Parts: sequence; C-alpha cells; structure tokens
Amino acid sequence: MEGSINVIGYGLATLGPAIGLGILIGKALESMARQPEAAGMVRTSMFIGIAVVEALALLGFVLAFAL
Amino acid sequence: MSSILAAVDYGGPWELPPIGELFNFPVIPGTENWGIFAVNRVSLMLLTSTIMLCAFFYVAFVKPRIVPNRIQSLAESIVDFIRNGIVLEIIGPKGLKYVPLLTCFFVFIFLNNLFKLTPGIMLPTTSRIHVAGLLAVIVWLVYIGAGIKEQGFLHYFKETLVPPAPKMILPILVPIEFISNLILRPFTLMVRLFANMVAGHILVVITLITIHAFLVWGPGLPVGIFALVISPLVFGFELFIIGLQAYIFTMLAAVYISSSLNPAH
Repeated sequence: MEGSINVIGYGLATLGPAIGLGILIGKALESMARQPEAAGMVRTSMFIGIAVVEALALLGFVLAFAL
Repeated sequence: MSSILAAVDYGGPWELPPIGELFNFPVIPGTENWGIFAVNRVSLMLLTSTIMLCAFFYVAFVKPRIVPNRIQSLAESIVDFIRNGIVLEIIGPKGLKYVPLLTCFFVFIFLNNLFKLTPGIMLPTTSRIHVAGLLAVIVWLVYIGAGIKEQGFLHYFKETLVPPAPKMILPILVPIEFISNLILRPFTLMVRLFANMVAGHILVVITLITIHAFLVWGPGLPVGIFALVISPLVFGFELFIIGLQAYIFTMLAAVYISSSLNPAH
C-alpha cells in the first residue's frame, strides 16, 4: 500500500473544526428560531465565526500539500 | 483540459494527473521575453475578467435612468447588496466611502471563481495563490491605512497591539495580538479563498475524469453512471461555494476595516 500519511493527518485535523462548526451553526439556528427578528445580525456574526473556525481546517488542507 | 483527458484513456485505467498539471500553464509563445509581463493562461483570464467588469459597469452606469433597464438594475442590485447588506450592517454610515472598493472585491472574486464552472475554461484564477495573495495584501494595506488615518499612528498601534490587561502578562499578550491582528488576518483571507478554490477545482476534475474513464460498456459502468448522476450536485455545490467565498471575503474585509474605524475601547 502506498500513499502519503499527510492525508491521514488532514483527516484527523478536520475533526476539531467539524465539531466547532456543528456547535456554532446549531446555536445560530437555535437563536434565529427563537428570535426571527434578529436573524440578520445573527447570520452576519455566524459567518464571521465560521470564517474563524474554518481557518484551522484550511491551514490543515494547505499544510497537507505543502509539507 | 485536453492534456488531462489524454492522461486518461477513454475507458482506460483511472488515474489523476499530477497536481501541477491542473494549475500550471506554459507561457504563451511570443511573449517569453517580456520578463514579468509574460502572458500565460491565468494572466490572460485576469485581464479578460477585468475588461469584462469594466465594460459591464460602464454600460450599466454611463447613462443612468430613473427607470433602470435590465443591465442597470442588475448592477444597482449588486451595489445595493454591498451597501445595505454588508457596509451599513457591519461598519455603519462611517464606512460608506469603502462601498466602491468592496464592490470591486465582490464582483472580481465572484467572476474569477465563476470561471471554475464556465464551459471551455474550467479554471478558477483565484486558485493561483498570487491572485488571492494580492487581494489579501490590498485588504491589509487598506485596513491598516484606515486605522492610522482615523486614530493616528501611535494610537492605532497601541489599540491594536496592547489589550487592556495587567502589566504582568503583557509580554505574552502583545506578540499574540501582533500575530493574530497583523499577520494571521491577511494570511487566512488568502488561504481561505485559495484553498477553497483548489479543493473545488480538484473535485470538479475528479468528477469529470471519472465520467470520462468509466462511462463505457464494462464492469465499471455503474461507477460511471453514479458519477454522471451526482455531477449536477457537485456543480451546484461548487456554485454555492463560489458565491459564499466571494461574500465571505468581502464581509471579512468589511469587518477588518470596521475594527480599524470603530475601536472597541
């Protein structure tokens, strides 16, 4: 069997951001459902949070190719 | 695309071409001696997209009418989305002079991402890191410049680098703030756009190669049919990613400019 162990490392590195995104988007949906009038503000903050969490997964993706 | 298809025979063994073959393109003959101005496929596409966008906005706004025609109403709705949906919501009325810049970012990134799904081109220019990197450097210069202009040089860097905390832990906090505010922000902007586009391009190429290699009579036919059936889903997902990345880049640029214009304390 041949291959790069970087791929396994990247697979492990996605676990943290996956859990983080799940919690983040779930909470955002919950608050949108409770207060639909605040949906716009919540959505904007949610995207900012997604961008921050996603950065970890993307760093893993790039480093899997780079190293 | 033709060299990639040559790598996989019709109905032949499935093999992904080397990753460099998907993203590196030779210089167009006749321009080798132009130094840094040598033209290859990516720079030609960048030039074309810039000309297309200039022509689009010129045609839309050269003779503005009270009752807009189709092109003008499309352009107006884009500008309106940036103005009301992003700038006024995140920065506030102070940021209205950044609407043109952010509109340029949005339409440029959207069009260059859209090349990923345009038949006959099928290559996002933003998957080359120099394009994404240059956009991120522009954002970096703009938000630092806006902060210095708004708050003054010393006050801006004091605000950015020194958090309100006891003096004991400042030696730990200042380097962290420096890295996160001045280095990691443009770096993640660049890497987010770049990595999403690279991953999307590889996904599209794998789908197309699978269809090309397996959709012939033989034992692999079910795989070919499966790939053919899910390919609209893949393309739809990529279309969603294209819009989302353009939106997120513009919105994060607005957030960074906002943090320079409206200091938190």
